[in-house]
Amino acid sequence: MTDAGVSGEPLVVARDLHRDYRMGEDLVHAVRGVSLEVARGDYVAIVGPSGCGKSTMLNLLGGIDRPSSGSVVIDGERVDQMRDAAATRFRLMHVGFVFQRFYLMPALTAIENVELPMAEARLASAARQARARELLAYVGLGGRKDHRPAQLSGGEQQRVAIARALANRPQLLLADEPTGELDAKTGVEMIELFARVNRDGTTIIVVTHDEDLARAARRVVHMRDGVIVDDRRQDGGA
Amino acid sequence: MLFRLAWATLSRHRSRTLLAMLGVAVSAAMLLDMVMLSSGMRASFKDLLLSRGFQLRLAPKGTLPFDTDATIGDASDIVRVLRSIDGVTTISPVLGGQLHVVRGDRTVTATALGVIPAAQGDYEITQGRTPAAPNELVASDDFLAASGARLGDTLVAAAGYDPQLRSFTGRRTLTLVGRAHFLYMSAEQKSVALPLETLQAMQGAASRDRVSLFMVRAAPSANVDSVFKRIETALPRVTAISTETAMRQVDERLSYFRQLALILGAVSLAVGFLLVTTLVTVSVNERLGEIIVMRAIGVAKQRVVLQIVLEGIAIMIVGAVAGLGLGLVTARYLNSILASFPGLPAAIDFFLFEPRDAWTALGLLTGAGILAGIYPSWRGASLPIAITLREEAVG
Repeated sequence: MTDAGVSGEPLVVARDLHRDYRMGEDLVHAVRGVSLEVARGDYVAIVGPSGCGKSTMLNLLGGIDRPSSGSVVIDGERVDQMRDAAATRFRLMHVGFVFQRFYLMPALTAIENVELPMAEARLASAARQARARELLAYVGLGGRKDHRPAQLSGGEQQRVAIARALANRPQLLLADEPTGELDAKTGVEMIELFARVNRDGTTIIVVTHDEDLARAARRVVHMRDGVIVDDRRQDGGA
Repeated sequence: MLFRLAWATLSRHRSRTLLAMLGVAVSAAMLLDMVMLSSGMRASFKDLLLSRGFQLRLAPKGTLPFDTDATIGDASDIVRVLRSIDGVTTISPVLGGQLHVVRGDRTVTATALGVIPAAQGDYEITQGRTPAAPNELVASDDFLAASGARLGDTLVAAAGYDPQLRSFTGRRTLTLVGRAHFLYMSAEQKSVALPLETLQAMQGAASRDRVSLFMVRAAPSANVDSVFKRIETALPRVTAISTETAMRQVDERLSYFRQLALILGAVSLAVGFLLVTTLVTVSVNERLGEIIVMRAIGVAKQRVVLQIVLEGIAIMIVGAVAGLGLGLVTARYLNSILASFPGLPAAIDFFLFEPRDAWTALGLLTGAGILAGIYPSWRGASLPIAITLREEAVG
């Protein structure tokens, strides 16, 4: 595959995002007036101390949480205004998620886990098996397709999770601390995999504490206390 | 894929799934037994009443057949009237009594039926033949076992015993010509049947031309209700009982059984429902992370619910099918206990299996399985994704 590069056209546009929620008696302002544009093909790392609102920001961008105010537009569609069923369908077809804890279905094999979003998208069995095999080969697990998550290492499970996230060819991949539960060596492998996914055309937004992962991104956004305090492009990313 | 995921999830917790299925099987067995009990005895009794094709019975005024020792006088007049009624094809008068058979130094007492052998509807010959002469009789297995008599033996029998004279009355010498299965007798009841006129004669003047019961068969082309009404009009001094009347009487007497069956059946269903609800709730709580991630990656809420409901249905169906087999075995065992209930015909089945009963039990349990899965799965699939993910991550 070739390096698709970054285009000027924004894929993600967030405007004046606020997210408040109650924690006991207190009202927490997790995200406070954040605006962010992410271009197609970009690779953005959101970094910052724990509790700064970066995971909340990622959830808002992915349509799995609703902002208290502000707007989120992905590929021209107002995600924040979608009803639950429409937002679910939008995530299925346009957004891939990778989580710190992998969250694979333990009862299913690696290939079945990758097939799951495609089955939900009503892709024919033969087509989704072919695509799942292709994706597992892409993440380096071609020989382990019939293993269950419990039979895979943490790094291998995260690779399956990435393959699952890419199943329906999303334009946007969101990852929340994807190297958080991996050892250093496996973390490096994962960083290389994310870079490859981005070079192959998928826009990535990753939330991380991992400096190496952040260094691999094309752009790093620093958050503190629910606001963006720094936003800069970096050389050598992806 | 949903079926695959449901099956894989159940297989992953084999012991728990198996135990739940066993629990449902026990519940299903009890439910089936109660469904069978609620209708079985009634259906069995109706089958018994119609087993020999007699749709109508005539008992002494105000009584049920063999409910009292009362008898009907001028039996030959009644037979004449019945023969004149349009639609009546067969008349079988029956006189009940006791027969004391002297075997060496002991006496075996049996329930005796005086019948017209050619028209009788009280027994079926299993060995030998039906009586053809006035001094012949047939007997039940229990009588033969108790008396040690064999076919062809000559028996000294008496219809009564005078305690003052300490002697038997109405003595006769009778020849045993057949072994018979008595349809209306209770289990282990020693029974014999002999020609009506012989028993009347043995019982003396008090039984002359008297019978306990008439059984009447209507012609296949005749309307039984019309025949019944004609008999009621022509013979006001007896109580005519149709099969429907008898079934109403049975229904009244069995209402306690049906209520008991209904309550126990409902309890069985509730236990099965609660068992599966508990299991699905525990399973959902254990898998909140998986469920929420399914929602996050774009699996529709209804599909998540369906997948979990499928698990509940699978447990219910497999448990119910196993339970149907278990229910049939336990029904057979319980039936053998209840069949020895005093005074009930041995041919009565308390638990009569009909395919409809199995479908009813299976349908109820599948419905319960669906309901049991819907609430916990809907609750799990409706949790806010972001908050639940954060809570799961914190652990």
